[in-house]
Amino acid sequence: MIRSEVLKSLLPVFADHHVVCNIGLPSQELHMMGDKPTNFYMLGTMGLSSSIGLGVALAQKEKVISIDGDGSVLTNFGTLPTIANNVADNFILLIIDNGSYGSTGDQPTYAGMKTSLTAVATACGCENVVECQAEDAPATLQAAIDSNKMTIIVCKCESGNIKVPVITMDPVVIRDRFMKSLEARNA
Amino acid sequence: MSIEDKIVADLVKHRVELVTTVPCKQLAGVIEKVDAEPSIYHIPSNKEDEGMGICAGAFMGGKRSAIVMQNTAIGVTINTLVTLTQFYRMPLPMLISYRGELGEPVACQAEMAVHTKALLAQINVPTYHLHKEADVEELDAILAYTFMCNKPVAILTDATFWNGY
Ligand SMILES: Cc1ncc(C[n+]2csc(CCOP(=O)(O)OP(=O)(O)O)c2C)c(N)n1
Ligand SMILES: [Mg+2]
Repeated sequence: MIRSEVLKSLLPVFADHHVVCNIGLPSQELHMMGDKPTNFYMLGTMGLSSSIGLGVALAQKEKVISIDGDGSVLTNFGTLPTIANNVADNFILLIIDNGSYGSTGDQPTYAGMKTSLTAVATACGCENVVECQAEDAPATLQAAIDSNKMTIIVCKCESGNIKVPVITMDPVVIRDRFMKSLEARNA
Repeated sequence: MSIEDKIVADLVKHRVELVTTVPCKQLAGVIEKVDAEPSIYHIPSNKEDEGMGICAGAFMGGKRSAIVMQNTAIGVTINTLVTLTQFYRMPLPMLISYRGELGEPVACQAEMAVHTKALLAQINVPTYHLHKEADVEELDAILAYTFMCNKPVAILTDATFWNGY
């Protein structure tokens, strides 16, 4: 399974939860498969999906799922100790680890070589770190949601991409409807 | 009231409830006060762009936030300021120690000092420069301005503002 297939299999689990989605193809795929106000698409700032998601989780009560990539976590490694030491039980970090910088043409990352993101997250002090294979992603994410514990999921999948259109929506619109949806849910 | 107390009181007045920090010798006192303030969630970050990501998330979650950092970090935050904070129109007060200005004992700090204002100007970040202790009176209006216009705003603070190094 490649990332787009993993995301597709997760749609019923994302359901109406708020999702912060990584830059590039993951956001474009999620957008194409079913755009909604509960999705926050990153159009820039590779690496900050986990930081943005943590900020949202710390500021309010609704569950937040950050969809991240192995390359993006590698570029913002500092995020893992911050997450470990600022526990938000409404936060789930879902790292789709395809072992490559998928959005730029599947150049290999170190996560697909000797470096284990699961081991790094654990070493950083994260308490609920789960590694799963692509096929088990829906069950693993559902279990994390049901546990009401901050969880880091490292979902291993194959590299590879499908053709998807870019997101042309205005960033302020993306942000505003996401905020309003959160506000309504917290009211 | 010490300037550190005044700064924290202004943050509280403007309903800032999350502050992320990366230390500087000059900022030690204010970081300590932020940490001790019960109405503020203090979340140290490991790199300033990471901190700005957390602030962006907090804003979307309905909480006002701020970052406390050193001017040497301006370079590593340019992309985040432009493609996250500005692109999505989010407010972000940045309380920045301005190292490498008059009285600086460390030569290396002067190297980023000469680029600091030019970089901020290049990306259209409103920039205020506090020289003397009494300039802390401006913070109230600067915070009001930041949350009015939904922009990142830089508050550069000299060594003389903090009463030396
Ligand atoms: C600072 C910066 N450097 C490089 C890029 C180009 N870039 C965009 S997405 C991406 C790959 C991200 O890889 P990963 O997080 O593993 O996600 P994947 O696309 O594999 O799902 C890269 C390198 C960028 N957007 N910003
Ligand atoms: Mg990848």
